[in-house]
Amino acid sequence: MAIEAPSAPVLGQALKRKEDPRFIQGQGRYLDDIRLTGMLYMSLVRSPYAHARLVKIDKQPALAVPGVLAVITGEDLAGLGLHWMPTLAGDKQMVLATGKVLFQYQEVAAVVAESRAAAYDGAAAVEVEYDALPVLVDAKHALDPGAPLLRDDREQKTNQIWHWESGDSMATAAAMAKAEVTVKQDVYFPRCHASPLETCGCIADMNKATGRLTLYVTSQAPHVYRTVLAMVAKLPEQMIRVVSPDVGGGFGVKVGVYPGYVVAVVASIVTGHPVKWVETRTEHLGSTAFARDYHMNVEIGATKQGRVQALRVHTLADHGAFDSQANPSKWPAGLFNICTGSYDFAAAFVDVDAVYTNKPPGGVSYRCSFRVTEASYLIERAMDVLAAELKMDPADLRRKNFIPPERFPYTTPLGWTYDSGNYPANFEKALGLIGYDDLRREQTERRARGELMGIGISSFTEIVGAGPSAQFDILGLKMFDSAEIRVHPTGKALARFGVRHQGQGHETTFAQIVGSELGLPAADVLVEEGDTDTAPYGLGTYGSRSTPVAGGAAALCARRIREKAKKIAAHLLECGEHDVEWADGKFRVAGAPERAVTMQDCAFAAYTNPPPGLEPGLEATYYYDPPNFTFPFGTYVAVVDIDPGTGEVKVRRFLAVDDCGVVINPMIVDGQIHGGLTEGFAIAFMQEIPYDSEGNCLASNFTEYLVPTAVETPHWETDRTTTPSPHHPIGAKGVGESPNVGSPSAFVNAVVDALSPLGVRHVDMPLTRERIWRVLREHGVVSA
Amino acid sequence: MSHHIEITVNGTHQALDVEPRLPLVFALREMLDLTGTHVGCDTTSCGACTVLVDGTPVKSCTMFAVQADGCSVETVEGLAAGGELHPLQKAFWENHGLQCGFCTPGMLMTAKALLARNPRPSEVEIRRGISGNLCRCTGYQNIVKAIQQAAAEQSTAAAAGD
Repeated sequence: MAIEAPSAPVLGQALKRKEDPRFIQGQGRYLDDIRLTGMLYMSLVRSPYAHARLVKIDKQPALAVPGVLAVITGEDLAGLGLHWMPTLAGDKQMVLATGKVLFQYQEVAAVVAESRAAAYDGAAAVEVEYDALPVLVDAKHALDPGAPLLRDDREQKTNQIWHWESGDSMATAAAMAKAEVTVKQDVYFPRCHASPLETCGCIADMNKATGRLTLYVTSQAPHVYRTVLAMVAKLPEQMIRVVSPDVGGGFGVKVGVYPGYVVAVVASIVTGHPVKWVETRTEHLGSTAFARDYHMNVEIGATKQGRVQALRVHTLADHGAFDSQANPSKWPAGLFNICTGSYDFAAAFVDVDAVYTNKPPGGVSYRCSFRVTEASYLIERAMDVLAAELKMDPADLRRKNFIPPERFPYTTPLGWTYDSGNYPANFEKALGLIGYDDLRREQTERRARGELMGIGISSFTEIVGAGPSAQFDILGLKMFDSAEIRVHPTGKALARFGVRHQGQGHETTFAQIVGSELGLPAADVLVEEGDTDTAPYGLGTYGSRSTPVAGGAAALCARRIREKAKKIAAHLLECGEHDVEWADGKFRVAGAPERAVTMQDCAFAAYTNPPPGLEPGLEATYYYDPPNFTFPFGTYVAVVDIDPGTGEVKVRRFLAVDDCGVVINPMIVDGQIHGGLTEGFAIAFMQEIPYDSEGNCLASNFTEYLVPTAVETPHWETDRTTTPSPHHPIGAKGVGESPNVGSPSAFVNAVVDALSPLGVRHVDMPLTRERIWRVLREHGVVSA
Repeated sequence: MSHHIEITVNGTHQALDVEPRLPLVFALREMLDLTGTHVGCDTTSCGACTVLVDGTPVKSCTMFAVQADGCSVETVEGLAAGGELHPLQKAFWENHGLQCGFCTPGMLMTAKALLARNPRPSEVEIRRGISGNLCRCTGYQNIVKAIQQAAAEQSTAAAAGD
């Protein structure tokens, strides 16, 4: 049969995205677009108090609202043993409050009604009586003797959750004591929130007749949800199907299982109807997983010539009311000990103390591979503090301390083995492209005129692709990921994965990987994710792990298919299997390359004419356990001008030169960089979720928690170097998070650089106009 | 208590009985099954729900359906006339002007109105023109490029038609 010949190699091409036609025509299928027959709506009653005893809940006024069918409280769930649930971090979390509430917007009761409006009306009508308790807002006071004990449900009567350390504290102390120069700086990474445009939500549909639960949910990790639900709700796992439809952005906030999902499941069981629950923006910002909130103290010891020797970091982590961050189980502070960055330290030591406060739980979710953003920000900021102390150009200080290319694979004093890197090449490319020396000359001239111009560099190293199963699991589930490929008789393929994209373009990039391995056009490979009934088991999309882990599975799964196809090729070519070679996208006879068959020929034969003794069909599954993480890196340079009268910062230029190894689709990589830089810009200049002394959330909607518009967002300049990962099947490293991880320090370094003639060494984010204006006023630049 | 309204949506006449407090976006999404228009916030900040009402971009989460009585409403589902992608849809696709796709319908409708008002906007005018629509994924750069491309294409087509 006539079959279209394979096209040119598909890896590395800027193919248009296969997912776009439905989105540009309004035909995406996001959670709230799904309506099931007989579906009810749920709304949650939330606490107005940050810490209070629950005295009484009166359901009656809500039940009197027309259309309201049920009100569910924590006491009702207690009867089912479902008022608490385990968190992914080994703690537990209230589903609906019993006894007391621990943060504002905590889930207190659920109202189920015939319509969305009736559910809201009913939730407003529930009468809850609270008895206010003393509130703990400031993590720095969590361990004070007089601090209120928040989690009296625990055996340990303290607000301390855990203490974690990494590195050699004695060796680091000794090196620090001997160092000619030491610097020390407090650095706070504020509490912020990923807040994708689509909030979280679900539809729980328990079919009473079959006993099967279908949960449609905005999830980055549908298989994890299925297993957690099986454990929490004690349902047999084969009787649960989790479907994550199109996801309107995630950035990590859609990894954890939220109380609303569990309540919706109960509501569906109780009412016998499908129940939909979709958060409002305020509920989303007020209760779902925040990010960061790390109070860090960093010290560097160095020689007078600027050679770094020792790094010591003490951190106080504010985890909110429950330790519910979605982290690998054995890594309570995530991968924070990547904080030696791109530099060759002889000794390092890091510790983290996590505490409870009366704030919502969370911690890792904002385009960050488990605390890597905090680590990267810290070291890049600290290097500039050291440069200021040494009166050195921060670029020269970095050049002096980069891990040299010949030392890869390189093991850090905190235990990571970096797979590959060429930092000087990447760095010099960036500085050359931006015209660093000219900018410094311009800065000197402007400073002479009293102008505030700053140049900020970040030359970061990331760690992504969790993770190798020996050390990485979530609730015991090893952090592999998977691919399943079926090649149909006509040579077209269906590829399914255990990850779940939220805009990253897997339907295109994974088709490119599979296509390039099988000699098929990407157009002929349909990628599906998000349905636990059909997708192979996987841990989901976050931590830039899709390409490093599932991308590896895609390539190796395709190679497994190729192995079988080779046997078929030998049969078709009437030669021995050892005489068949895979070259230029075809199976060819060694020594006679014109005798060739395509993958399509083999696929057709697999169903119509399989070799005797060979199992028919052409499909494979592969579970890929990566041997190591991948370590993307890059150099970002920001150029800013500060208005000395108002404190307003203008980002004049921003250049990102990334190295994410082999690139699958350059258009998509650039898009990921643009988006992540915009998030980093937002974090640096405008985003924080502050709380007042009573624990009231002061940024619970988009008028207070700011998302940059097209007007403020700078124009991004991007370029690349390519240092393949030596262990990844196609040499790729993952890229989604680099721009968020690497950029905040570039922005802050630029602003501090602009203010450095005033003697300023550090300013905490967000660098709002007001905050900069106050710095200018303190230093007499503007009068009070 | 419900009110009877009559609106034209994407060229089709629709008669609906709605509660006075029903936002237009829910009438479109849940009564007419036009789920391309999304809801992203509670404060008229994000623009995911933008539709054109008599040609003007409106955040349909903040307009009651009853206020649209007698109006002509255009949603993303009406953009591809006769099955042919609108130049803006084509340009968003070709320039990677979308990632998760959630803001895209609102962004497209705002861009359509912008180009109707100002067929050859500068980059600054485009950035101002879409500043009522938030995108968390793209950093806007490729959206701006897409709108520039669509503007150029529409102007060329208009010139050819003259």
